[in-house]
Amino acid sequence: MIEVQNLTRYYGRHAAVAGLSFSIQDREIVGFLGLNGAGKSTTLKILAGLLLPSSGTVSVDGVDVVQAPDSLRAQIGYLPEDAPLYLDMRVRDFVAYVGQLKGMDSAQVDARIDGVLARCGLSERAEQVISELSHGYRKRVGIAQAIIHQPKLVILDEPISGLDPLQIREIREVIVGLKADCTVLISSHILGEISQTCDRILVLKDGKMAAQGTEEELRGSMGQGGQLELSIRGAQDAVVAALEAFPHTSAVTRVRSEATEGGTVVHCQVALAADEREGLIAAIVGAGLGLRRMDEADSELEAIFVNLTQGKG
Amino acid sequence: MRGLILVAKRELGAYTNTPMGYVILAAFLLLEGLFFNAFAVGASAKASADVLGDFFYFSFGCTVAAALFFSMRLIAEERQTGTMVLLQSSPLANWQVVGGKFLSVIALITVMLLISGYMPAMIFVNGKVSLSHIGVGYLGVFLAGATAASIGTFGSTVAKSQLVAVIISGAITVALLMAWILGRVTDPPVAELWSYLSIYDRHFQSFQKGRINTEDVIFYLSLCFGFLLLSTRVLSARRWK
Repeated sequence: MIEVQNLTRYYGRHAAVAGLSFSIQDREIVGFLGLNGAGKSTTLKILAGLLLPSSGTVSVDGVDVVQAPDSLRAQIGYLPEDAPLYLDMRVRDFVAYVGQLKGMDSAQVDARIDGVLARCGLSERAEQVISELSHGYRKRVGIAQAIIHQPKLVILDEPISGLDPLQIREIREVIVGLKADCTVLISSHILGEISQTCDRILVLKDGKMAAQGTEEELRGSMGQGGQLELSIRGAQDAVVAALEAFPHTSAVTRVRSEATEGGTVVHCQVALAADEREGLIAAIVGAGLGLRRMDEADSELEAIFVNLTQGKG
Repeated sequence: MRGLILVAKRELGAYTNTPMGYVILAAFLLLEGLFFNAFAVGASAKASADVLGDFFYFSFGCTVAAALFFSMRLIAEERQTGTMVLLQSSPLANWQVVGGKFLSVIALITVMLLISGYMPAMIFVNGKVSLSHIGVGYLGVFLAGATAASIGTFGSTVAKSQLVAVIISGAITVALLMAWILGRVTDPPVAELWSYLSIYDRHFQSFQKGRINTEDVIFYLSLCFGFLLLSTRVLSARRWK
């Protein structure tokens, strides 16, 4: 459905996206992962018909972004990180207006708008002025404007940023519900969200594809090491140095020190490229440090993310 | 055409949903009324045709200034608030965006001129002026206002903030108003060019006296077209960046 081939986009001399290729099938929810500046938003903007690629091709359902931009724009719903809303308009009027901008006539908008507002949990707020809505409801209006015209592809850039846990759960239900009608592309920094919402994950690093696949596939591709939670007695600098010196360590994160009666205890997470836990224990003990605890970390996706975006080499 | 009307309706909604449109309208109508009373009618006896001519002089200034203030937000505000992405990610042509926004300001100028109609009506009732003189004067003010709106649209397209937009369009308008002075101090044929570009001195005074000059009508329409074309070009150049 979406075919991206050798996509490159320069800002001046800097390549924000460099030779990116991937494809996405119909009615798939795909998550874009990557650090800030990895090229996620640039790629999404090109797919939305807002940016011209420097080279490469992008087609949605066979329609090329550059050759037929207007046809493409009618097929795509786009919600940037900051929802673009006319704050002086009422919710219903705004969503209807965007539908008409996308090419729907009044009858089509009337036939669809109540369903869209209900799906986004906005039925009771339909007559409210947008400026009076909370952040969470404004995000819902942003999603409603992105789906009013029954697009084939919905692009959501950080759809849950700034939301509280309850709002996140509600928006997640809305996003998963979209899968019945269209393909959804989501960019998010919240790894758990990507894990729970998406069928497949694309990991970008420095404008290139670092890895792609399901969470299981990504875990397999990074080796069996996974993410470990450690508590080690010793000075923080010495602990971090010993862990980083271990050859199978990909990254050391979430480091914090705790003063106890027995001395300083450092708590941290370590991502391993291979399951070399025995070797790691030996390295810690060999460095004169005291290993107090070693557990598998809960967040598997975070380990994958750290490995793929910050890993050695 | 449908996209153009959609954009125009939305813009008009933005003026009526917020105080901004009403404030600009009220402020310039108040100024126009004050100028009319203080200077056009004045304390000394005057021929009613002269009073009407003076009314159109002040109406010209107030309408041109109001048009610049009305149009400063058109594109600049969309860029400031991030809503430009709604228009750019829609299958709308750039000329529809520019044209729709320009039309909304034209509608507001028309409302302003209609409300100001009580002043020439008073001259008509109490003095001796023809309806054609009033109609022609209003045509001139409308054309000048439309020209200022097109300049304001251009300023709003090139600037990132509304303040910068109104400064740019104000500078262009003042330059066109003062062009006749340059025409006096330069040699032909440049002098003739400057003189021709003067939007008040060369092209409005005949309307003020109740005479329609085709050359003046074409001049104002050409300026409108030119600035709207420039605005569309600027928008097109930015759309993919």
